[in-house]
Amino acid sequence: MGTWHDYFKEQGQAPDWPYPIRFDQEQEIDADVLVIGGGIAGCWAALSAARQGLNVVLVEKGDTVRSGAGGPGCDHWCDVPANPLSNVDPDEWAEHMAERPYCNGIGIQIQCRENYDTLLELEQMGGKIRDSGDEYVGAQGRDEKTKFMISPRYGRIHSYIPVDETTKGKTFTSNPEQKRNNVVIRVWGSTFKPVLKRECQRLGVKIFDRVMMTSLLTENGVQGARVVGATGLNSRTGEFMIFKSKSAILATSGAGSMWVISTELGGYCNMMSRTISGDGTVMAWKAGAELTTMESTGILRIATGYKHKWYTGAGDASYENVPIVDANGKRVPFPIQGWVDAGYMVPTPEVEQAVREKILKGEYELPFYGDFPAMPDVERRATWNLMLGEESTTKIIIKTFNNAGYDPSRDLLQNYRFIEGSSLPQWREASYGGGLLVDWDLKTTLEGLYAAGTQMFAPEDHSYAAATGRYAGRKAAAYSRQVGAPKISREQVALEKARVYAPVKRSRGMEWKELHAGIARAMQYYCSEFKTERLLNMGLGTLQKIEEESVPLLFALDPHKLMRSLEDLSLLTYAQIIIHASLARKASSAPLNFQRIDYPTLDPPEWRKYLTIKLENGKVKTGELPLAFWGNMKNQYEAHNKDYTGLYKGK
Amino acid sequence: MTKEKLSAMPNVITPNAPVIFNPDICNGCNTCVEVCQIDVFIPNPEKGKPPIILHPDECWYGGCCVNDCPRPGAIALNWPLQQRGYWKNKATGEVQQI
Repeated sequence: MGTWHDYFKEQGQAPDWPYPIRFDQEQEIDADVLVIGGGIAGCWAALSAARQGLNVVLVEKGDTVRSGAGGPGCDHWCDVPANPLSNVDPDEWAEHMAERPYCNGIGIQIQCRENYDTLLELEQMGGKIRDSGDEYVGAQGRDEKTKFMISPRYGRIHSYIPVDETTKGKTFTSNPEQKRNNVVIRVWGSTFKPVLKRECQRLGVKIFDRVMMTSLLTENGVQGARVVGATGLNSRTGEFMIFKSKSAILATSGAGSMWVISTELGGYCNMMSRTISGDGTVMAWKAGAELTTMESTGILRIATGYKHKWYTGAGDASYENVPIVDANGKRVPFPIQGWVDAGYMVPTPEVEQAVREKILKGEYELPFYGDFPAMPDVERRATWNLMLGEESTTKIIIKTFNNAGYDPSRDLLQNYRFIEGSSLPQWREASYGGGLLVDWDLKTTLEGLYAAGTQMFAPEDHSYAAATGRYAGRKAAAYSRQVGAPKISREQVALEKARVYAPVKRSRGMEWKELHAGIARAMQYYCSEFKTERLLNMGLGTLQKIEEESVPLLFALDPHKLMRSLEDLSLLTYAQIIIHASLARKASSAPLNFQRIDYPTLDPPEWRKYLTIKLENGKVKTGELPLAFWGNMKNQYEAHNKDYTGLYKGK
Repeated sequence: MTKEKLSAMPNVITPNAPVIFNPDICNGCNTCVEVCQIDVFIPNPEKGKPPIILHPDECWYGGCCVNDCPRPGAIALNWPLQQRGYWKNKATGEVQQI
């Protein structure tokens, strides 16, 4: 009961489209601040700008109540060194985090200075951040006074992998005795998104759900000029939306399925949901904004759709404090992101290889298991009920296991390491560093355009999205107060409208999944493990052929499929940007996971720099920036935030 | 089994039913339709009936439809067979699967 086929069999016909059809109709909306994307960063940006008393519009592709990577939940408030239980100075922790090559020191500094304030504000809104019901009394890391639950994550250093030089832990000036850093707090994140939406509504933010944004509008329609608005498509009605705004904040995400699309498990074939299609990055690119680190990619490690998605032990995504044992109960020496190993998540390649050899010799027997029954009861509940029960997509996994009769005090949870094989190097994902270049106001290189969360280059996690969103909101609001009314170009709108509706003018040809898979295949062949000038150029050629021959065949039967089709067009452009950026970097790089056969030397000194890329008069233009181009993080932050008063006191 | 008339139907999309509704409990409030990031569902044309799963192949298995349902038992996640997890009773060694 409930499938389309059930309905068809019962009724003898397909259901009518349930929403009014408004193709080609226009709606115009004015805003002081337009926020594009209603995930964690977008909600925080919107409410932060609204606190300044401005007319704020928030536009979201799904429904703001649960949309975005953090929509279903969030298990850890990471890198929150300003919390009262922390043993490190926020600026020193930020500096330490920013030692990682090709990170974003600006965003990290903002996160470390302001994400404790955002956490307390979440509590004001109704989010749960403490063990107020005393469910976990006795758990390690629980503080009786504040009732905060400190996580073992990053207990000694900021690393998932215990690499040699850091296993001993870093000694911070602010933490000379090497106490646990206490910079990660376990939270009840499934409560967060609904209260954020409610707070936006309370502050008068006008929310447009189910609207996919398709382009930015610039002054006189000129590439590189001030951003004065944006266009969108309602994915239920097909209505064309025109937003005029004094400033805009991009708070959308990276591109989730550039290399891998299973046409069968289209929504489930990688870590991110189908809605993650790089729309924001692409609209900023077309408007002339500068991007950086677009050549950086990662290999999919979990949830590829060809793999499970069960969070069953260290090395998959890890769970805290759960020992990994083999089929006979013998402990496997994997880190468990626990108190005993300073929060490390995954084994080193050496440990991984040693375990593999012992499996082949019969010393360990497969499959492995997470030994929940071996844990102290309170730690088991903290991991199963709180950490996994509050995290994004694991909440439903835990619920499904519980309903099926699984009991963590009695049952070992199966781990799929080794028996499921490894991801192919051709199964990659883009969202490993590429994004919009921003300055200390989180302003992009375009006047009037700001970025937050995953939309920025080298983004981090949930609390990073919250802190940078809130920051971008107040900076964009300050800008909007100073500038005049925006004037959009009707010609630019007309061109975009023609582009948007082209697939619904056709009723046959190529549907979105086939096109998506074609783009993914091109990226697998020409922009993966083996990169050369020749292969990358062949990739550009293939994508151009897709643009010229397949895109004109793209058809969509309804507004929803039109949205999916437009996402493909975003992915296509995003793929081209990645290849252009890959051509520009004529050196291999370990931290960027970037291998050029024709330039094999890893990270030669002259290539240790950010490469930037943008469109200028329709032509691709690359540039460069030194590592740590943001300057002294503490000084810069303070110089740009003299008016920052910390915790919001209410309105 | 003989049927006098059969429609010529294409293969169903697999997985076809990422969730299963219980029509005795579901009152068609469409909360699941609204919280879904992907718009997997559409409301049933008949008011009070469970929504229709229109885009099963786009499901992220994020679970908000189940987590936020105001009527417990009205909707359950139905993992594709290939994705169902296993566990083992530590004392007896008995292996079970979702």
